[in-house]
Amino acid sequence: MGVEGVGARVLRKEDRRFITGKGKYTDDMFVPGMKHAAFVRSLHAHAKVTGIKVDAAKAMPGVIGVLTGKELKADGIGNLICGWMIHSKDGTPMKMGAWSPLATDTVRYVGDAVAIVIADSKGQARDAAEAVEVTYEELPVVVSAVAALKEGAPQLHPEAPGNLIFDWDLGDEKATDEAFAKAAHVTRMDIVNNRLIPNAMEPRATLGVYDAGEDHYTCWTTSQNPHVARLVMSAFYNVAPENKLRVIAPDVGGGFGSKIYIYPEELVCLWASKKTGVPVKWVADRTESFLADAHGRDHVTHAELAFDKDNRIVGFKVQTIANLGAYMSLFSSSVPTYLYATLLSGQYDIPAIHANVKTVYTNTAPVDAYRGAGRPEATFVVERMMETAARELKVSPAELRRKNFVRSFPHQTPVIMCYDAGDFDATLDAGMKAADYAGFEKRREEAAKRGKLRGIGMSCYIEACGIAPSAAVGSLGAGVGLWESAEVRVNAVGTIEILTGSHSHGQGHETTFAQLAAERFGVPIDSVSIVHGDTDKVQMGMGTYGSRSGAVGMSAIVKALDKVEAKAKKIAAHLLEADEADIEIKNGDVRVAGTDKTVPWFQVALAAYTAHNLPSGMEPGLKEGAFYDPSNFTFPGGCHICEVEVDPDTGTTEIIQFVAADDFGKIINPMIVEGQVHGGLAQGIGQALLEGTHYDDSGQLLTASYMDYTMPRAQDLPSFNIMTTETPCPSNPLGIKGCGEAGAIGSPPAVINAITDAIRNNDLAMPATPQAVWAAIQAAK
Amino acid sequence: MAKVELVVNGRAVTGEAEDRTLLVHFLRENLGLTGTHVGCDTSQCGACVVHVDGRAVKSCTMLAAQASGSTVTTIEGLSPNGELHPLQAAFRENHALQCGFCTPGMLMSSADMIRRHPEGLDEATVRLELEGNICRCTGYHNIVKAVLDASAKMGKGAVKAA
Amino acid sequence: MYETQYHRATSVEGAARLMGEAEDGKFLAGGMTLIPTMKQRLASPSDLVDLRRIEALKGVKISGRTVRIGAVTSHYDVSINEELAKLCPAIVSLAGHIGDPQVRNMGTIGGSIANNDPAADYPSALLALEATIITNRRSIPASEYFVGLFETALGSDEIVTAVEFTAPDKAAYKKFPNPASLYAMAGVFVAKSGDKVRVAVTGAGENGVFRLEDAETALATNFSPSALDGLAVDPDGLLSDMHASAEYRANLVKVMAKRAVAEIANRPM
Repeated sequence: MGVEGVGARVLRKEDRRFITGKGKYTDDMFVPGMKHAAFVRSLHAHAKVTGIKVDAAKAMPGVIGVLTGKELKADGIGNLICGWMIHSKDGTPMKMGAWSPLATDTVRYVGDAVAIVIADSKGQARDAAEAVEVTYEELPVVVSAVAALKEGAPQLHPEAPGNLIFDWDLGDEKATDEAFAKAAHVTRMDIVNNRLIPNAMEPRATLGVYDAGEDHYTCWTTSQNPHVARLVMSAFYNVAPENKLRVIAPDVGGGFGSKIYIYPEELVCLWASKKTGVPVKWVADRTESFLADAHGRDHVTHAELAFDKDNRIVGFKVQTIANLGAYMSLFSSSVPTYLYATLLSGQYDIPAIHANVKTVYTNTAPVDAYRGAGRPEATFVVERMMETAARELKVSPAELRRKNFVRSFPHQTPVIMCYDAGDFDATLDAGMKAADYAGFEKRREEAAKRGKLRGIGMSCYIEACGIAPSAAVGSLGAGVGLWESAEVRVNAVGTIEILTGSHSHGQGHETTFAQLAAERFGVPIDSVSIVHGDTDKVQMGMGTYGSRSGAVGMSAIVKALDKVEAKAKKIAAHLLEADEADIEIKNGDVRVAGTDKTVPWFQVALAAYTAHNLPSGMEPGLKEGAFYDPSNFTFPGGCHICEVEVDPDTGTTEIIQFVAADDFGKIINPMIVEGQVHGGLAQGIGQALLEGTHYDDSGQLLTASYMDYTMPRAQDLPSFNIMTTETPCPSNPLGIKGCGEAGAIGSPPAVINAITDAIRNNDLAMPATPQAVWAAIQAAK
Repeated sequence: MAKVELVVNGRAVTGEAEDRTLLVHFLRENLGLTGTHVGCDTSQCGACVVHVDGRAVKSCTMLAAQASGSTVTTIEGLSPNGELHPLQAAFRENHALQCGFCTPGMLMSSADMIRRHPEGLDEATVRLELEGNICRCTGYHNIVKAVLDASAKMGKGAVKAA
Repeated sequence: MYETQYHRATSVEGAARLMGEAEDGKFLAGGMTLIPTMKQRLASPSDLVDLRRIEALKGVKISGRTVRIGAVTSHYDVSINEELAKLCPAIVSLAGHIGDPQVRNMGTIGGSIANNDPAADYPSALLALEATIITNRRSIPASEYFVGLFETALGSDEIVTAVEFTAPDKAAYKKFPNPASLYAMAGVFVAKSGDKVRVAVTGAGENGVFRLEDAETALATNFSPSALDGLAVDPDGLLSDMHASAEYRANLVKVMAKRAVAEIANRPM
């Protein structure tokens, strides 16, 4: 490892623009003639639209246009879709209700878009949006998924009778029942995974520009995957053919899943730009983000875990109801199925598992992937069950886990996944040592003297990243392949551009990806630039989510670097009159191994472009592309330990220490990996302690601003104690597993296990707010 | 329309804006200073923090007209000489930013915090005083480190024991 | 925000005149509540009359034990006033924990009490300190000033110019913040002068700030946290929302009251 190569703590190349206020986010884009959009949104959670009058709005100062769904439909713009087909256990396909980008006849959640107003200023657009008269005939409302399945519940979509989207099974029900019949102990729990609102700090925004001269569209947007946005808008929404549509995702201020999907606003602004003849910019205010960004989680689960007389797990049954909101968002169906139930084996050797998942429509915002996506829900179920079982069986929670760990790899679980590598003892040992788990009881006694309730809890998680082998996900219903692309361009002076289909919105790709080239060719990192986020520059890519940019995106770069290296060596061998096999590239020099015969890197590059003296038959240039399709998921895992003190008078929880021992395989830049863990932990602890989403019975979102939705602040969190162990991933060339979501996946059960340990009451839902904890303490009295 | 006269980052500027124009929008749209961001509607996220007459304020909660006559420093003016301000350097060295969106506000708030605490800072104080700034990426761990680092380098005294 | 007309006043008289001319005007001080409310289109004043630059309304004046705080004095300026810190540390500490640092730089005591948000901190202090609210027309005792939720005894073009109080022998303020907004969910200000004890509660009452007379009585004879052990705070009349039920708020009121008393009892001065 060099100072800038693989494994080095290289400071980020992208930082300078962000710390000096020179970042360029979508809202920072100004183009000549640009106008501002405001959306008219439904104030009702469920209603028939009986009329839309736009004349008064059109007459308001500064108004350029007011457009409705009727005009959108007349222009052939298509409905929004979910791109992952799931079949119910009876073989029928999922029941997808129609989602018009602008509602024409029915609105199904508060915030459903009904019309767009374009005006000279944002204020004028807002003024006019209020003047659009929409008349509604209110319909009955249902917000809870459990209630939506009951007979007589309000019906959202004619396509989905009983609001049921699919009723899906995974695993062997019969084998699981047989295991339970022989069990010595069964732990049973009802578990709720609370709905979360992603809250990337940059609200969603888009700028649509139609160029009538070229009949061409440009869409600046806050996207984690601009190429997928172009593909979907082109192939399914009929906005424009791909060659006439350029999508640019410039600097993006965080995503956490919420910026994967193609929302109504992007395509409506593009279409409106053509209709009105002006560039149209829309920027969400925060309350719009709360109402209309895809939410996360929202599961209700009953689980049963069976043990034999030696406390070995013999079977696991899980029944989950997942709330998908009013419409099926782009990848919503995959989250409570293939990203959830496939992880229910956890770190444990479980011979029989059966899971049933029902997904349901309700009059709430659509629900889709949010940091972790299915895996936090699975981990919360598994790790709450393990801790609870240990309490019931009166054994150490650590030892119960250890007894059941998977120890030989590859390990085929009963729920599709085949774990390729791992060492769960190593992360458990590291975590327990760092947390001084053995010394806890003394600390509990000391805290009791101060009137505080101290508790400790752990979580041993596994997750699946690097999504995913294209053929495998295709066979499971995915509408896209989940490979990644890369292109490495060596310029004539030896500097390098790497084009990638991954998108960086905080992950530091401009640094870590450049480290790969710096390591390979020994060039300074400043001579390597990363190009991403623009469909005119990068041909195709699948984007960034599911902790895939390292395992998949960088693997594609490695493949392209291999090709460049091979060609460079051929050229160097020719220049140095040596055998190709003897050429090595080190510290910016290309040399014949074991000799002083060298040619500087830049001269090899120059030779490729002057083409005066190339090996016979070789094409000029030094530029190679590659597509990498992973052969398996990757499986990061680890042990998180949380220690808390609860103030029994107020129910306030203070996190005294939080230890995370994670195995991410090979690490390219430890500094960036640590940052990813910190951020994930904050979101996981936020879910456990702070973040609750509340709709009232009429479907109004009560937590629609930071006045009511509790975002983790600096004072809510401790400094984290994190460390890594390393079992390289055998399934990709770099041995990388991925680190972006682990913090959010592993931490929530550790926090709740700790609090329930402190207050001696296991009946505690997330978020464990002071009020909830105080009530649980009172209930246990 | 209101006439707005400001000294922004050392330069006198005048402009006209609707009376309802917020200072942040005047900075971004009239002056092109897009480093100051808007992340919420309720004055809580702090992405919009600038200094007005030497004090940190949320520029989304102040009318441009209200600020008229004041001296304003934005992230673009935090270090006027082209060198990085010690806080900017500390944020980079401690990896205290990821997506960068909250970063300008974090830096401006932190600069104000360090100014108000010439005696030095400890971790608990930094965490408490960051209550007006929300970050979704970093979990604050490295932001706290960076502020303590810059405070130690900028202040006369060493960092107080935590 | 709806369009509005901004006016900057340079004197109290001028401000009153501007307001008299406005169709549906509002006074603007720090704007920390008014501007967010206007941004959400929940308020639409035709005119804003900015008081913040009126020099006569700024600053803290102390003579003997009498404290006078000008209406547009920022929370930050109150929080760093060393002379006041010696005389009445509780009010300095209260000001130093309102909102966040940026809010404290802009927000003012006059704005806070003119708005009378049920979760604002200052009203509890002024009620417990038996302060006088001075306006451009008259002086109003705090006990008559705070009328209800967002309601005060102020007339429509009446301007708070200052608040005045006699520093108590001892006082403390303890609040339990709403986890999301950080506004007080239960804030208790305890003031003791001789045998007289005043306990005022903010953040919890359905009608805004109120005095907790049972606690005052108990503390008058035994000024210690244990004097409140038997205190029953009635949830009836307390706010109830998703963050805190009335029962939970009642518990917080008692806990915060005890902690405020404990802080006074443990303080050297």
